[in-house]
Amino acid sequence: MTAYILAKLFRAAATLLIAVSMVFVFIRFSGDPAAALAPPDAPQEVIDQYAEAMGLNKPLWQQYASYLAGLARGEFGYSIHTGRPALELFLERLPSTLRLGSAALLIALAAGIPLGSFAAINRGTRIDRFAMAFSVFAFAMPNFLFGLCVILGGALIFQVYFGGTDASVLPAALTLGLAAMGSFARFARSSLLETINAPFMRAAEARGVPYMRRLAFHAAPNAAIPLVTLIGLSLGALIAGSVVTEQVFGWPGVGQLLVRSVATRDIATVQFIVLAVACTMVLVNLLVDLLYLVIDPRIRSR
Amino acid sequence: MADAPAVLSIRNLSVALPEGGDRDYAVQGIALDVKPGETVCLVGESGSGKTVVAHSVIGMLPKALPVVDGKLRFEGRELPPQRSKAYDSLRGLKISLIFQDAVASLDPVQRTGRQLEEILAVHGVARRARFKRALEMLEAVGLPDPARIYRSYPHQLSGGQAQRVVIAGALLLSPKLLIADEPTTALDVTTQAEILGLLARLKKERGASVLFITHDFGIVAEIADRIAVMKDGEIVEFGAANTVLDAPEHPYTRRLLAAARKSAAVRESRSSQPVLEVDDLHLTYRTGGLLSRKSVHAVKGVSLRLEAGRTLAVVGESGSGKSSMARCILRLEAADSGAIRFRGEDITSLTGTRLRALRKKIQFVQQDPYSSINPRQRILSAIAEGPIIHDAPRREAEAKAADLLETTGLSAVAGRRYPHEFSGGQLQRICIARALALEPELLIADEAVSALDVSIQAQILDLFRSLQSKFGFAMVFITHDLRVARSISDDILVMKDGEVVESGLAARVFDAPAHPYTKALLSAAPDIASRRTAEAA
Repeated sequence: MTAYILAKLFRAAATLLIAVSMVFVFIRFSGDPAAALAPPDAPQEVIDQYAEAMGLNKPLWQQYASYLAGLARGEFGYSIHTGRPALELFLERLPSTLRLGSAALLIALAAGIPLGSFAAINRGTRIDRFAMAFSVFAFAMPNFLFGLCVILGGALIFQVYFGGTDASVLPAALTLGLAAMGSFARFARSSLLETINAPFMRAAEARGVPYMRRLAFHAAPNAAIPLVTLIGLSLGALIAGSVVTEQVFGWPGVGQLLVRSVATRDIATVQFIVLAVACTMVLVNLLVDLLYLVIDPRIRSR
Repeated sequence: MADAPAVLSIRNLSVALPEGGDRDYAVQGIALDVKPGETVCLVGESGSGKTVVAHSVIGMLPKALPVVDGKLRFEGRELPPQRSKAYDSLRGLKISLIFQDAVASLDPVQRTGRQLEEILAVHGVARRARFKRALEMLEAVGLPDPARIYRSYPHQLSGGQAQRVVIAGALLLSPKLLIADEPTTALDVTTQAEILGLLARLKKERGASVLFITHDFGIVAEIADRIAVMKDGEIVEFGAANTVLDAPEHPYTRRLLAAARKSAAVRESRSSQPVLEVDDLHLTYRTGGLLSRKSVHAVKGVSLRLEAGRTLAVVGESGSGKSSMARCILRLEAADSGAIRFRGEDITSLTGTRLRALRKKIQFVQQDPYSSINPRQRILSAIAEGPIIHDAPRREAEAKAADLLETTGLSAVAGRRYPHEFSGGQLQRICIARALALEPELLIADEAVSALDVSIQAQILDLFRSLQSKFGFAMVFITHDLRVARSISDDILVMKDGEVVESGLAARVFDAPAHPYTKALLSAAPDIASRRTAEAA
C-alpha cells in the first residue's frame, strides 16, 4: 500500500514536471517574448534590453533552470497589461470559477447517477430507453449552443437575463454540467448493470439477502469504483467547458480571463492559468488514485 | 429410513424455454425427491437442465424460464412461486445454494466475515451473537486461521479457501437442504477431495440433505446415495447409487459411464527421436510498478525430453508452473536461463524470420475455446489464416481448412459460420483444426479438455489420439486432471511449485508413484474404478 501511494505520488510529480516543461517550450517557441513585452513601436535596442533583462540571451538550458527556480520560488510573472502579478489576477477570478464548476459538478452528479441507476434497475423498459435517449442528448449538446438557448429561454419566458456578473449560478452551471451529467448517467447505468448481473449478486440472493439490501450494500459499492475514475476524468472536460460557458454567460471567471489573455498575448497570465489547470488535473487524479484505496480493497492489499 | 418423509419432493416439474430454442422445455416432467440426510446426485452434461432444477427449488428461475407445470414441496409444504418475496426467509435459512465459482460468489469489496454476518443479520440473529457464530463456522469448515479469514477480502483467498467460506455461509443456519451446483469443478484434485470430505462431514453433523449437481461420474461414485441422470431436460434414470453405477439401465447412462471409465484406461507406449528437449529451464515473472516490484519464480529448473509421435502429460495443481513452462516453449515468455531445443536446434533466443518459421512448427490449443477464437471471424477463415500468413495460396489454404473441419468431425459447410453458433466441444475441435492447419511437429495443449463435459472430453481425447496417429506430431498435454493425463499420455511429468517432482513412463508413474506428492495427487483424484467402501458408517 505504501508502495502504491509512493508510486502514485511519483507519477503525479513527473506529470507536473512534464506539464511545466511543455508550457516553457510552447511559450518560448510561440514568438519572441521580448518583442511581445516591449511596446509595439519600440526600436530594436529597447527589445534587446528587454531580452537582456529577461535573460533571453543565455543558453536555453540556463533559461529553463532559472524558469523552474522562479516557479519554485513562486515567481509567476506579471501581466503586461495591468502590471499586476499573474497570481493575483488568477486568485481574483478563482472564486467565481470554483462556484460555477462545483455547482455544475454537483448538478451532474445529483442528476446523472440517479438517472443512470434508475435506468439500470428498469433495464429494457420505456423508462430505460427514455433516460438513455435523454443522456445521449445531454452529452451531445454543445454547451455554447445550449447556453444560448438557456439565455434566450430565460429572456423570453422569465424576462430575466441569465448572464453577467450578478446572475444566479444556476443557469450557467446547468449548461456546463449537462454533458458531464449525460456521461455520468450512461456510465452509472452500464456499471450498475454489470454489477447487478455479477455472480456474487446471485449468490447474495441465494443467501436470502432481500432485494433492496442487495442493491444498497453490494451493487452500489461495486458499481461506484469505475465511476470514481470517470468523475476524475470529467473534471478536465468541466474545466475546458468552463472556458466556453463563462464566455457565453459573461461569467467573470478564470475561463474568461484565459480567453482575454490569449487574445492580448498576455504571456505570464496564460502561462500561469495553464500551469494552474495542469496542477488541478494532476491533483484530482492523485486524489482519485488515493480514493481507490478507500473503496477497493483489492488495490489496498497490492 | 426409506419411509421418512422427503425433505424435498419435486413432482412433474416442467419449465418452458423461450421460443426459438433447440427444445420447448428446459426441463420436463421432473420427478425427484431428497430424503433426510441423503445425498442425491443430479448428473448430466451441460445444457441438460440440472441447474434449472436447482434454481427452481430455490425460487431463482428468471422470468424467461416460467414454470408451466408441477409441484415443488419442501418439508411437506408447497414452495412459494418463483422469485416471490416469501423466498427471502427460506434462502440461507432452510435451503442453501452454492455455486461453482466461489471467489466470484463473494462480494469483492466486503470482508468475508461481514458477508457471513449479513446472512445472520437478514435472518434475524441478534447482533451480539453474530461475530461468534461466524467465527465458529469458519472454524467448522476447517479454515486454518479463522480470525484472519474473517478479516480477509475474497481476492486474498485461494479457490479452495473461498469455497470453504461459501460453504460456511451456506451451512451457517443449518439449513435442511443444501444444493451444490458443481462446487468443485473449478478446483484442483487435491482441493476437490478436501471439499468433498468437508461436505460429507458437515452434512452428517448438521443433519442436512444434499442435492449435488455435477457432470463428473468420479465424484458421483464417491458421494451419491442416489443418482438421477439427466439428458435434454428429462431424468432418464433415477435410482440407488450402486444400482445406477453397476447396472445402468438407460443407454445414455451406460454411455456416460463408459466415457468416464475409458478416460481412466491407460495407453501403451512407442518410441523414436527427440522433437523437444528442455534443459534446466528457469522463468521468473516480474510484476508491479516502479516502486512495488514483485517477482515470482514460476519455473525452477525444468528438464524434459519428448519424441515424435509421443504425448507427454504435464500434471500438477494450478500454480505449479505447467503453463509458464509451456509459454516458454512456445516462446511467448522469455526464459531467464536454460535451453529449449527443437529438433536439435536451440530455439531459446531465436528472433525475426527464424522465430516466425518456428511458430509454424509449434502450435497451441488452449483451455477456453470461446475466448481463444475471434468471435467476428468465420470459422473457415480462422483456420486458413495461419497457412495464408505462412505463404500458402488462399484457395489451397481454404480447401485444406475445409478438409480439416471434416477430419476433426465437423462438416465442411460449418466453415461459413461464426464461433457463437457452435458448442464448446465443437469450438475446441475448430481450435484443434486451426492448430493442425500449419502441420505442426509439436502440439501444446494447455488444459484443452478441462472446460468440457466428460463425454465430450472423451470424444476430444479420442480426436487428439487419432489425429496424432494420422499426422505424427508430438504433444505436450497440460492438465490438472489425472484421469485425462492417464488416458492420453505416453510419458508423464509431475510438477509442484515450479519444479519437476517425478517423471517417467505414464504406466510406471500411475502404477508405482515414487514421490509422495504424486501419491497424494493420485489418492486425491476421485476414481471411478475404486469406489468408496466406507459407506456403512
